[in-house]
Amino acid sequence: MSESFEPVIIGFTCNWCSYRAADLAGTARVKYPPNIRLIRLMCSGRLDPTFVFKALAGGADGVMITGCHPGECHYIEQNYKALRRYLLLRRTLEGMGIERERVKLVWASAAEGVKLAEEITKFVEEIRVLGPLNWPKWPQPNGHHIEEKAKVEEVPA
Amino acid sequence: MSENGKPKFAMYWAASCGGCEIAVLNIGEKILDVDANFEVAFWPVAMDAKYKDVEAMPDKSILLTLFNGGIRNAENEELAHLLRRKSQILVAFGSCACEGCIPGLANLSKPQVIFDTVYRSVSTENPEKLEPQYEYQMPEGTIHIPQFYPVLKTLDQVVHVDYYMPGCPPESHQIAAVIDLVIKVLHGEATLPPPGTTIGAGGSTVCDECSRTRNVKAIKQFVRIQDVAHIDPDLCLLEQGIPCNGPATRDGCGALCPSAGAQCIGCYGPAEGVLDYGARLIAAYASVIDSNDPEEIDRILDGIPDPVGQFYRFNLAGSMLRAGTPAWRGNGSS
Repeated sequence: MSESFEPVIIGFTCNWCSYRAADLAGTARVKYPPNIRLIRLMCSGRLDPTFVFKALAGGADGVMITGCHPGECHYIEQNYKALRRYLLLRRTLEGMGIERERVKLVWASAAEGVKLAEEITKFVEEIRVLGPLNWPKWPQPNGHHIEEKAKVEEVPA
Repeated sequence: MSENGKPKFAMYWAASCGGCEIAVLNIGEKILDVDANFEVAFWPVAMDAKYKDVEAMPDKSILLTLFNGGIRNAENEELAHLLRRKSQILVAFGSCACEGCIPGLANLSKPQVIFDTVYRSVSTENPEKLEPQYEYQMPEGTIHIPQFYPVLKTLDQVVHVDYYMPGCPPESHQIAAVIDLVIKVLHGEATLPPPGTTIGAGGSTVCDECSRTRNVKAIKQFVRIQDVAHIDPDLCLLEQGIPCNGPATRDGCGALCPSAGAQCIGCYGPAEGVLDYGARLIAAYASVIDSNDPEEIDRILDGIPDPVGQFYRFNLAGSMLRAGTPAWRGNGSS
């Protein structure tokens, strides 16, 4: 494994807790590695397993799913749905030869900026040890599968 | 056009079992309509023809080609390119061509493991230990067999495909309907659907066609169907804890399996709008599990011993990840 391997990690965060925890970490100047790219969802229950497959097929080395602590979901119990999907997803990935440690579920409330930063730091190191996933860049088909590149919309800051 | 003025029709099998051909013959006397309206230019299972005959045809001279089977070796790929060049309309016919089907499950194993299973396993009778060689020296010269690819590809991963016709095999009444449509188009009585469309199937899910009663799904265990002593004939199979793939599978078959008391295994492929078939099923199954305790959920999930086989039986080669790591790492990744 080369010394310069920097893992690419996609993080899915919940609008009501973990996204705010990441925000809090930023406001409080708590440092965490830049390897993680956060994507905000309205709830961890919005996480379609397709997103995880797309992330891994598109070049991510690991995926972190974050949501509200059990019993504290803004939408009552959707984080439990995320938990069940995560447990089944992990088994499926293992069947395809992807280490189960590459996908991680973390609960973080809006007040836990420090905890989230620690978890991200830890996860980046775990993926660094596992090494790159290097999923092949398959030539894309013309039909009903994923598109090669989503159109990026420029949004003024 | 051929000399008798009839447009040309072709059908080819790549990595497939031949069931698609039987399904075409199953359309009964409608096959006479095919004969009345088309000249069969190339159909290896039904008539003798050589690849060089196809190569000699002018480009775009075949009106309709039904291509079944996945792309497993160099010969399959060569024929896919050849028939694409010679055809006006190329249809990925059947689950193998659309999404890999059962042959696509080999995408979980290294090519070496596949060869070991075929030529060297205990259950194989091969006393002389014969194995295929890519090159062999004969008195007449060197002969070759086509290269075996590490990963099976679907037809649209190799060439541009005009229409998809799913099913393992496609239902005969659906084939008949498609043939009727093409004949109407020939006579100027109808127009073709937009390119890239899935034809000969519905746009919804098998659940939509299924006549079983659905209530609130809340299950405490998954059971394999062969372990169930009594299956309720009227109740949704998933509600009885039997892993049924209906919620993610395209309709068009008339929910044949659930009406016969068997679970849907997903041969019609992903329903309209489903990007990854297995992902949709993971979401669906996770929603029906009635537990919030991680350990209990894990125990319930033990009821699905082979999640990849359950979720990607027909769809692995056409899924987002396409193959397991052993397959594409085992022998380069072309």
